[in-house]
Amino acid sequence: MANTTTGLAPARAPKAPEAGALVATSRKRRYTLLTRHDKILIALMVGVPLTLDLLLIWGPTLASIGFSFTNWDGIGPITGENFVGFKNYQFMFTGYTLFWPAFFHNLIWLAWLTFIATPLGMFFAVLLDREMRGTRIYQSVFFLPVVLSLVVVGFIWELQFAPTEGFINNAFGLVKSGKLIDWLGNPRINLFAILTATSWRHVGYIMILYLAGLKSVDPSLREAARVDGASEVQTFFSVVLPVMAPINVIIVVVTAIEALRAFDIAFIINQGKNGLELLSILIYNNSLSEASLVGFGSAIAVILLVISLGPIILFLSRTMRTLA
Amino acid sequence: MSAVAAAAPRTTVRPVARRRLRPARTVLQAFLAVMTVAWLFPLFWAIYSSLRPYSDTVLHGYVSWPSNGLSFVNYQNVWTQADIPYFYLNTLVIVVPGVILTLLLASMVAFCCTQFSWKFNLIVLMLFTAGNLLPPQVIILPLYWVYLNTPIAMLGSIDIGRFSFALFSDNNLLYDQYIGIILIHVVFQTGFATFVLSNYMKTITKEITESALVDGANVLRIWWSVILPLCRPALAAMATLVFTFMYNDFFWALVLLKSGDKRPITSALNNLAGEFLINNNLIAAGALLACIPPIIVFILLQKHFVAGLTLGSTKG
Repeated sequence: MANTTTGLAPARAPKAPEAGALVATSRKRRYTLLTRHDKILIALMVGVPLTLDLLLIWGPTLASIGFSFTNWDGIGPITGENFVGFKNYQFMFTGYTLFWPAFFHNLIWLAWLTFIATPLGMFFAVLLDREMRGTRIYQSVFFLPVVLSLVVVGFIWELQFAPTEGFINNAFGLVKSGKLIDWLGNPRINLFAILTATSWRHVGYIMILYLAGLKSVDPSLREAARVDGASEVQTFFSVVLPVMAPINVIIVVVTAIEALRAFDIAFIINQGKNGLELLSILIYNNSLSEASLVGFGSAIAVILLVISLGPIILFLSRTMRTLA
Repeated sequence: MSAVAAAAPRTTVRPVARRRLRPARTVLQAFLAVMTVAWLFPLFWAIYSSLRPYSDTVLHGYVSWPSNGLSFVNYQNVWTQADIPYFYLNTLVIVVPGVILTLLLASMVAFCCTQFSWKFNLIVLMLFTAGNLLPPQVIILPLYWVYLNTPIAMLGSIDIGRFSFALFSDNNLLYDQYIGIILIHVVFQTGFATFVLSNYMKTITKEITESALVDGANVLRIWWSVILPLCRPALAAMATLVFTFMYNDFFWALVLLKSGDKRPITSALNNLAGEFLINNNLIAAGALLACIPPIIVFILLQKHFVAGLTLGSTKG
């Protein structure tokens, strides 16, 4: 976290004196150095990307909320007759049999990442931070899956989990004895099979993030703790972990966002059916592939949006204080 | 063990601790070694399967020693039958302009938001950052509609053999077009890159920009010739990371492209699996071919990749 403090080093002048004025600030002078030409350039340099961002990200986000109150099918214009109030939500919560399973699958996904994959990544980081022999090799190995796409990760793990050809069933003699476990087909276990595959990638990601945080902890803090007679475990929980608070927030956010975004790997395995339903996949299936219930799909999207706002706001509130 | 340490007189605690450390280290090393094997095994297994001829695995099963040796025949087959080079080209056409445009736009926004104080710069940064954190599925339905309803000029195409890059559209729409995919990648990743580059640029003192202004340079010039060169490490890190993100994308291409012949390799792989359903060896070979570019990035540019990830986190 040494960076956080150095990041603030350049002297920051108080807020711009005039509302909306573009002012190059410095410690003493507070008059503008910018010509009109410069101001127009700045407006363009920010304005063009911002317009695209508003049109293609935030506009659609708001439109999703609007669509969720209609029964629009994506074809033709939306008229007042399409407006159905909260009917989509009502049906989603009470009549639609896939919503709650999908919701709980996302929840299980989050719980798995939070309590298994993320702690394992943090544990690896703590171990590898100790400058032991072969640290770099271990790091590279755990990090390798992070660069692979989830599609490829899905295929690689299918070779492990496939019922008759897969490695696992063969290696444990389940094929010969005829007691096949259908890891990807059995709806009671397939979610955990793909969570294993997902973790293969997630652990390395968390490890790298956490390792960077650990490296930035001032070594003298640990030294002081050791001199005071603290054990290594005590040092970690009472000294290192609190210092790492900012990166812990990032890790919580990354984990939550990953769990909400989950789509690719479940889609690759079986289009998110039969035990692998997820909110993101329900949106796709209801509105883009099997049916074109745009209004209903949007209502699911709104649920996903509302849940995502939690980690997003947490992230913004923690990071924006130090930025700009 | 801790009971022993606690009972021992204070002076002897240290040597005991040091001696105790050794078995602990061995356990750790063993644990890490086991985990390393576990981590590499799925990849190793994919490579092993891809090197075995299909007939061999049909006869002896997948978990068996190779009876006819290993060969690259699956790679040859998938390379030609699934037209892998063509899909590599599709990816290239999407990712290269995507990365360049993302870096240009993001560095402009980051430059303007960190080097000058104006009323809304924090809000602008928040919009970009938060936009990148949204699950893509939240925006996909309206975005799909936008893509189907935005008129785009048809100005012919650049043709190289079978490959045809439309200028700018071949159906008057953003939907099912290379530029459509490039556009959403750029906009989505600009959010992330802006956040990271702002974190980096805020460490550059504003006096540099100021003195350049005093010397009569305009802001565009300062951005290009003063600030960008100072940000070279961050730009390299971002380029590596954004390349990998775009290369690995599956969802945007799945929804916003219809024609199979425009798909980038990552999503083409999914069709491949449908075509060669039973031939796992061939699918393994295809999947491994699709991972070659990211693995090259991993080997050559790991430092930048890691720097990109951690720039975004440790400076938060």
